Amino acid sequence: MAFWKRLLVGCAAALSLGMAAHASTGGIAWDKAPVNTTNTASLQNGAKLFVNYCLNCHSAAFMRYNRLTDIGITEAQIKDNLLFSTQKVGDTMKSAIDPHQAKAWFGANPPDLTVIARSRSGHGGTGADYLYTFLRSFYRDPNRPTGWNNLAFPNVGMPNPLWQLQGEQKPQFDTQEEHGQEVHVFKGWEQVSPGTMTQLQFDQNVGDLVNYLAWMGEPAQNTRTRIGVWVLLFMLGFTVIAWRLNAAYWKDVK
Amino acid sequence: MAEFKEISPNAPLGAKVGNWFNNRFPTAFAEYRKHMSEYFAPKNFNFWYFFGSLAMLVLVIQIVTGIFLVMHYKPDAAKAFESVEYIMRDVPGGWIIRYAHSTGASAFFIVVYLHMFRGLLYGSYRKPRELVWIFGCAIFLCLMAEAFMGYLLPWGQMSYWGAQVIVNLFAAIPFVGPDLALLIRGDYVVSDATLNRFFSFHVIAVPLVLIGLIVAHLLALHDVGSNNPDGIEIKQGPKGNRWSPDAPADGIPFHPYYSVHDIMGVGVFLMAFFAVMFFAPEMGGYFLEYNNFIPADPLVTPSHIAPVWYFTPFYSMLRATTDLMVNVLSVIIALGAVLGFLKCRCSMLLRGGLVLAAVVAIALLKTFDAKFWGVVVMGGAVIILFFLPWLDRSPVKSIRYRPSWHTWLYTVFVIWFLILMVLGIMVPGPIFSTPSLSWLTNELVAMVGTLFYFGFFLLMPWWSQLGEPKPVPERVTFKPH
Repeated sequence: MAFWKRLLVGCAAALSLGMAAHASTGGIAWDKAPVNTTNTASLQNGAKLFVNYCLNCHSAAFMRYNRLTDIGITEAQIKDNLLFSTQKVGDTMKSAIDPHQAKAWFGANPPDLTVIARSRSGHGGTGADYLYTFLRSFYRDPNRPTGWNNLAFPNVGMPNPLWQLQGEQKPQFDTQEEHGQEVHVFKGWEQVSPGTMTQLQFDQNVGDLVNYLAWMGEPAQNTRTRIGVWVLLFMLGFTVIAWRLNAAYWKDVK
Repeated sequence: MAEFKEISPNAPLGAKVGNWFNNRFPTAFAEYRKHMSEYFAPKNFNFWYFFGSLAMLVLVIQIVTGIFLVMHYKPDAAKAFESVEYIMRDVPGGWIIRYAHSTGASAFFIVVYLHMFRGLLYGSYRKPRELVWIFGCAIFLCLMAEAFMGYLLPWGQMSYWGAQVIVNLFAAIPFVGPDLALLIRGDYVVSDATLNRFFSFHVIAVPLVLIGLIVAHLLALHDVGSNNPDGIEIKQGPKGNRWSPDAPADGIPFHPYYSVHDIMGVGVFLMAFFAVMFFAPEMGGYFLEYNNFIPADPLVTPSHIAPVWYFTPFYSMLRATTDLMVNVLSVIIALGAVLGFLKCRCSMLLRGGLVLAAVVAIALLKTFDAKFWGVVVMGGAVIILFFLPWLDRSPVKSIRYRPSWHTWLYTVFVIWFLILMVLGIMVPGPIFSTPSLSWLTNELVAMVGTLFYFGFFLLMPWWSQLGEPKPVPERVTFKPH
């Protein structure tokens, strides 16, 4: 009995080890995104950046504008600042871009961003980590149709949407020997021309944007963990009572 | 009809109501006694005996959450993905029912695998419980079909391409394969037609069969009585306990003793279940795969298509069946035939038949594509479980009284099963990036695991008889709480 219990625990440990060893692929290593979905100031700034910089080409077709009330923006504020033309506050976030034109311009239809932070998770980190790295890894590349390339998503179709804020940067590489072959290893960025933000400001703003994307992927997530604590406390009480009840019934079984 | 009983008009209200129903529906009372209050289960159940009732609990969770999901879900290729996000966002409490259902799917397999392993440990499939075990294996098959079809419904990339890969496997069956795959899909690719029929199967057909089999599983169990960790038949032991003079002395009424016991198990299980559901519903991408948050796109094949974790042991057996495996199997069959020819103490005719059968088997192996044999191996890995009652020839039922090395053999079996599970999740090809180890591929290790898995079962008639069993006690071992 004890032997099998030990075995079960050992196997579970072995399983998690095996899973951790799973390979990751493509692009540079991901930076850790500063995600905190309870920081409403950050989420609100992220929502503003999202509407201004992303929503022109990308939709968030499963996300309603008035859900933003969950992060402390009032319906009046949404109407005045985030809605354009004829949209209603209960509408979903649809971009105005024509999919056929988008395909002709960028080679691919810009993906919907509602659950983008959930879908991009992988063994390199969370989807937010990926997005945080991706949005900060654009550089000029005259060989690409848009003139932009990206180290986290090589040969991406999207040009750098935030270049005015970030300015232009250039990747630096080291040359190393690996298995008898010369490989270029990414070392860091060199600022070529300044943007309207300092690098620190830019990183903070991209952090807010990614934080918003992480929240939008599952708006119920804060509620979920809050309820979860109470559910587990209830189950703990339930289990203790069930345990004592069981003991009471079984105490005279010889 | 049973005799109509009159009750004193001064009797308490409860007794009157009970009598009123007992006169009109005595079956309910008789069945309650038969399956609950007078079903005598061995009193020495341990930790492993929680998983049967837990499987029932998860079934109820799946049915109840499933009913509410169907109220909002749209089985339409253009709307399915959207409707799942609608449930997650706009339906009040929708995320709770969806996460309960998705966590429940994985929990079902965890519980059922442990329940089956319990049967393996204590020989619960042995005479007279063969049918209980066979119904159980059929439940496992149904559960796999149910999970596979349910996984298509969110209509994400993994839903779509997972279904594409698995349905294409049926196309590898000689002669009828392509038509069979067409029949399953209802189209030449996985499409709206596939989604609709999978939805129908997932919510109606398979659950009906599943419930029928579960009823059969329980009725058959209650006819022959439960096994126990000692593998001793309590019905053959002394009679009489404080509840009934005819009941087995080591038996105890299921209700209330095992009902309160199982409720305690439910408490512990639900803590783990809710911890996942509320704090890690994706479970690191193993319960909800990340790629499945991308809507299905028939034009973009994901670089790595992995089934959900509970299918991966069987999936890696499929991938292990390469041309190399076919050759290895041919050699094993040839060696077996030679050995049989030389060692068999039987007539020349029988020996000739053995050699002929081996030649035919090898010819078939080499005639059809390895992909087809992969399907056979994958299916066979589940089908072989049905034959367990006749493969096991050990003189004792329970692992407790078998030779100690049997415990180690079962341990190695479990480890191989888990290795196959991990291999099925990983991408095929070399396991390590080191060039000197590039020969050590996923498929090669999986091949060894597959051979061990089948060897374990097919050689069981031989190895289960080896060694000296430990003395089996007269009565069950029970330590009062």
